[in-house]
Amino acid sequence: MMTEFPIPPGIILIVAGALLPVLSRDVRNGVILGAPFVTLILIWLIGDGVMLRLSFLEYEIVPVEGDPLARLFATVFAIMAFGGGLFALRQDKTLELTAAFIYAGSAIGVAFAGDLITLFVFWEVMALASTMVIWCAGPAAFGASQRYISIHLFGGVVLMAGIAGEIAATGSADFTAMSPDTPARWMILIGFLINAGAPPLSAWLPDAYPSSTWSGMVFLSAFTTKTAVLVLLRGFPGAEILIFVGLYMVFYGIIYAILENDMRRILAYSIINQVGFMVTGVGIGTAMALNGAAAHAFTHIIYKALLLMSAGSVLYMTGKHKCTDLGGLFRTMPLTTICGIIGALSISSFPLTSGFISKSMISQGAADEHLTYVWFLLMAASAGVFLHAGIKFPWFVFFQKDSGLRPDEPPWNMKLAMVLFSVLCIGLGVMPWPLYEMLPYPVDYVPYTASHVTSMLQLLLFSGLAFFLMLGLLKRTLTISLDFDWFYRGFGKLLASEFSLVSTRAWGVLTARAGRVAQRLIAQVYRHHGPYGILARTWRTGSMAMWTAILLAMYLLVYYLSH
Amino acid sequence: MSDHWLVRPDTIRKLWIGSIVALVLLVATDLWIHHHAHFGLDGTFGFYAWFGFLCCVAMVVGSKVLGAMIKRPDTYYDD
Repeated sequence: MMTEFPIPPGIILIVAGALLPVLSRDVRNGVILGAPFVTLILIWLIGDGVMLRLSFLEYEIVPVEGDPLARLFATVFAIMAFGGGLFALRQDKTLELTAAFIYAGSAIGVAFAGDLITLFVFWEVMALASTMVIWCAGPAAFGASQRYISIHLFGGVVLMAGIAGEIAATGSADFTAMSPDTPARWMILIGFLINAGAPPLSAWLPDAYPSSTWSGMVFLSAFTTKTAVLVLLRGFPGAEILIFVGLYMVFYGIIYAILENDMRRILAYSIINQVGFMVTGVGIGTAMALNGAAAHAFTHIIYKALLLMSAGSVLYMTGKHKCTDLGGLFRTMPLTTICGIIGALSISSFPLTSGFISKSMISQGAADEHLTYVWFLLMAASAGVFLHAGIKFPWFVFFQKDSGLRPDEPPWNMKLAMVLFSVLCIGLGVMPWPLYEMLPYPVDYVPYTASHVTSMLQLLLFSGLAFFLMLGLLKRTLTISLDFDWFYRGFGKLLASEFSLVSTRAWGVLTARAGRVAQRLIAQVYRHHGPYGILARTWRTGSMAMWTAILLAMYLLVYYLSH
Repeated sequence: MSDHWLVRPDTIRKLWIGSIVALVLLVATDLWIHHHAHFGLDGTFGFYAWFGFLCCVAMVVGSKVLGAMIKRPDTYYDD
């Protein structure tokens, strides 16, 4: 099926982003708020099936192929571009919104990619654009951005090799469901998982995202990890290894977030935790679990952005980001506090919030399949989410102690963005059906039963009790926690300094030897050609004449002998 | 100077009492509401309450132990 109107929707945001720097302020604000709407309309004009087919080299590529999964993710990416744009209207660094819109547009490009080549191109544009977003935070973020791009370019190379292998083996660039059964497919899976924040390379996320500006992290939280969930849903549904990878991510996120002091790093670890739930759902692979993973990605993008907007507002108004410096802000920032709490309740899957109607489908999927350990671990993790993000974030930022800070609420556009996303969190929690309609499989699930509501409330409120009883153990300290990135930050530096010691010594030996050789050469030249050298001294005319006569005589002799 | 009403000791005591009553009532609902058990253990009385509580204790203690090994001053990577 071909449509007469095959504009890839992501292109709108990419072009809008590229135009932003040359527009006047008013036009610019109009484009920031209008382009996501145009994109959203185009997304919903795309029907099911191949919309655009081109040929590239000798392969057929499909830049736009519609299905419910693509529309679901593209929709939330467009909503995110709008909310993030509204929140960031006052960002002085124009480049940041340009990069963020190109980033969002290429994420939508990935959603509609029907072949592996298109997917790879948008995938790499995302890596570059997101790095530009991090750069906008200035020199302090430079190191983190370098580590970030290194990991993502590495992931891109692995993905590229996998795609090349897959195309060589099958002769087609089609992107369809597969299982990790060849080395090439394993490489594709690894490339996807690196962007999801999977172990062992998870540290790029809490390293790079919190080093961005107050508005940058709102965008960063949404696209990279969730496009990874999308391509895992499309490419590897039911791949069993994803259950283990996902469960590891879930607990990694909780433990590191409990130990963390920086408010935005707490939220960064909790991104890995939440993506872990989705990856587990993809691994379970039933219609219920896949629907759950897709729905959870949708709701997660919105409440995580809301949490980061409230954290971003605190950072914007106070310039502080460590829990040890914050506390008691509810007095002068009541709206920011309430919006932050709504985001925190949503991430914890509290009844009447969006997390409640999405995450429970994943654990329901585990229960339906009688995956005992998976189900108990997911329940334990749900309790842990409330502990590490649901209470910890609002408590340490807005309550805890009186830090003496009395910041005002942020400007109107930031407040409006937070209120809109809060409304979405509660709206989806109260009326889940529009979201359920958009899911890839028919939904046979009722979230609001007396049993589900009371069991979830028990789980969460008793986790809350545990939090307040153990508050002494949770006291924040001025520390970070070592992670796998120590191997390229700490150990790498150690290696580098050791190497520089050794290489300095080697350089010394080499230059000394070269110097001696050069001196010997110069001495030799001096001996022969210097003022007293045999070839340079002044000769007497008589001896010159004698030597000439001898040479001529020798010449005559040779001449006669040769005839 | 009297502080915000929310942080006065009196309010905090009332919040604790209210919360504990709410928790007890919440567990008591298990007497009437039947939870469909998938695995057996999850059908026991007040399962979600004690399971959530114990898991959180375990995670906090576990992270404390791990933290003792991997925590570093937050200037660790600075030059």
